[in-house]
Amino acid sequence: MVLVIIDHADGKIKKSSLEAATYAAELAAQTGTTAEALIAGTISEDASLLGLQGIKKVHTLSDVSLNNLDAQVHTAVISEAVEKTGATIVVFSNNSYGKSVAPRLSAKLKAGLVAGATALPDTSNGFVVRKSVFSGKAFANVGILSAKKIISLNPNAFHIADGGQKAELVPFAASVPQPKVTVTGTEKVTGEVSLSEAEIVVSGGRGLKGPENWYLVTDLAHALGAATACSRPVADSDWRPHHEHVGQTGLAIAPNLYIAIGISGAIQHLAGVNRSKTIVVINKDPEAPFFKAADYGIVGDAFEVVPKITEAVKKLKGIS
Amino acid sequence: MKILVCISKTPDTTAKIAFSDNNTKFATDGVQWIINPYDEWYSLVRAIEIKEADPSTVLHLVNVGGADSEPIIRKALALGGDEAIRINLEAGDAFCIASQIASVAKEGGYDLILTGKETIDYNGSSIGGMVAELLNIPYISHALKLTLDGNEVSCVREIEGGEETDKVTLPVLVSCQKGMAEQRIPNMRGIMGARTKPLKVLEPVAVDALTQIVSYDLPPAKEGVKLIPADQPEELVRLLRDEAKVI
Ligand SMILES: Cc1cc2nc3c(=O)[nH]c(=O)nc-3n(C[C@H](O)[C@H](O)[C@H](O)COP(=O)(O)OP(=O)(O)OC[C@H]3O[C@@H](n4cnc5c(N)ncnc54)[C@H](O)[C@@H]3O)c2cc1C
Repeated sequence: MVLVIIDHADGKIKKSSLEAATYAAELAAQTGTTAEALIAGTISEDASLLGLQGIKKVHTLSDVSLNNLDAQVHTAVISEAVEKTGATIVVFSNNSYGKSVAPRLSAKLKAGLVAGATALPDTSNGFVVRKSVFSGKAFANVGILSAKKIISLNPNAFHIADGGQKAELVPFAASVPQPKVTVTGTEKVTGEVSLSEAEIVVSGGRGLKGPENWYLVTDLAHALGAATACSRPVADSDWRPHHEHVGQTGLAIAPNLYIAIGISGAIQHLAGVNRSKTIVVINKDPEAPFFKAADYGIVGDAFEVVPKITEAVKKLKGIS
Repeated sequence: MKILVCISKTPDTTAKIAFSDNNTKFATDGVQWIINPYDEWYSLVRAIEIKEADPSTVLHLVNVGGADSEPIIRKALALGGDEAIRINLEAGDAFCIASQIASVAKEGGYDLILTGKETIDYNGSSIGGMVAELLNIPYISHALKLTLDGNEVSCVREIEGGEETDKVTLPVLVSCQKGMAEQRIPNMRGIMGARTKPLKVLEPVAVDALTQIVSYDLPPAKEGVKLIPADQPEELVRLLRDEAKVI
């Protein structure tokens, strides 16, 4: 059985977990078994809807203390669920939750982990999972040698199915250990699209000259329903918050569309964004290295070109 | 207070990524090696700051790697730290590496263990969590701030779309990222001093690997950029909708 661990926030299942659920169901079909899900904590959505992604059974452990993350506690609970349900493969999303919990579970169960998977495993000869390495500059095909296996799926690397029937809900009883980590506060950047899960990202570089010009980026992002990002020097100069820094030493992202404005396309920047499906580059220098990594480009002054693109998008979407 | 900082050796960020032996090995010819930036810029510098605030702090560095790791270990010692331990094992499977670090950590009885949030080559984000599990201590991942008050640790960590503040009592393992500290450049005194700091070499404990890299490949090259005249932004938007189908 393939068990997918569902991550949620504010009562809602995260988009990346729906991708992981679809992945788990397709992996189960591929290996002739079924996929089930575990929700640790409480959600306000109808969990049986995970059936749309192909999940047959959802184990729910509705304990509010699990809405906070203590990786040790979550590992204990998931490991009990793996034992009781007889799961042999566990799937996470490789988001902040998966990165905290999957490695602990791997060490606890002695189950080989591939973190950052980008495709279904090749099970024709062993169990080989493709993952992104060198910050998106290459892929590695990694064999899992242990009987139990864990896969963390990169956000935006897999589709979300919505064709199945409702899943069966089964309450799961586990002993929840006392947490040692207390969450004393959370600060959400409200109203903005989360960068790692965003389907469209608009990003600005040093070519925008200063933070006062960021309306160019944010206006276009609002029109597209996109998240915003920036190059490293922009975050280093505090023009934009650190969490927007993408690249080899920032966040690695893989949206459907990445629009780079006034970014030269240094190798360290490309490393974090080149898994994007479509890349648009707007730069006044025709020699900017980013054009070599782009699908579409405009050679021109961002201050003139970008407002016109924003207008064209608004017109297309019927926003005035 | 005893701190252990995990140091990994990675290719320089500009290194050419290519593979040899029928695409089964990373081609190391001509590659410059650096300390994994997350280890160097954030976890190591934060540990040094803690030691500067309380000089009685003992600060050890640990690396799992062959003798060719020693230059980057010396560079780390030039930034700070009292001594380093190298476990003589070619780094491969994450669980093997974590088991080595956990065995050193158990022996040393550290209060605080720091790693970078990931290495820039294998991007696994795995070692910290695995070591914490093997030691049965709490784990806080992707921290952008860490403050100490006696035995109490407060961390701000990144979550999707925001930040979260966590409190925990030592011992704890924290993985560090941007925000934690500012990058430092080693000075002459540090570089001279690092030459005489102890660098112990230990033989690895026997552990079975849980994973193995079968092969590597490079992403397919882009077909080439389609340039749109600067005065036709509607054409770009049309292509994104009708051709790329992304908006
Ligand atoms: C170890 C290491 C790690 C690094 N990690 C990262 C990382 O994770 N992420 C990252 O982004 N960088 C990283 N860097 C930095 C990287 O090498 C580049 O310096 C950086 O990406 C450049 O940022 P930029 O493109 O915004 O600025 P610049 O290189 O200064 O480029 C600005 C661009 O804007 C264009 N421009 C100027 N005016 C206009 C205009 N009016 N209209 C249109 N275009 C205009 C210019 O033609 C130019 O191409 C790293 C570097 C090192 C050494």
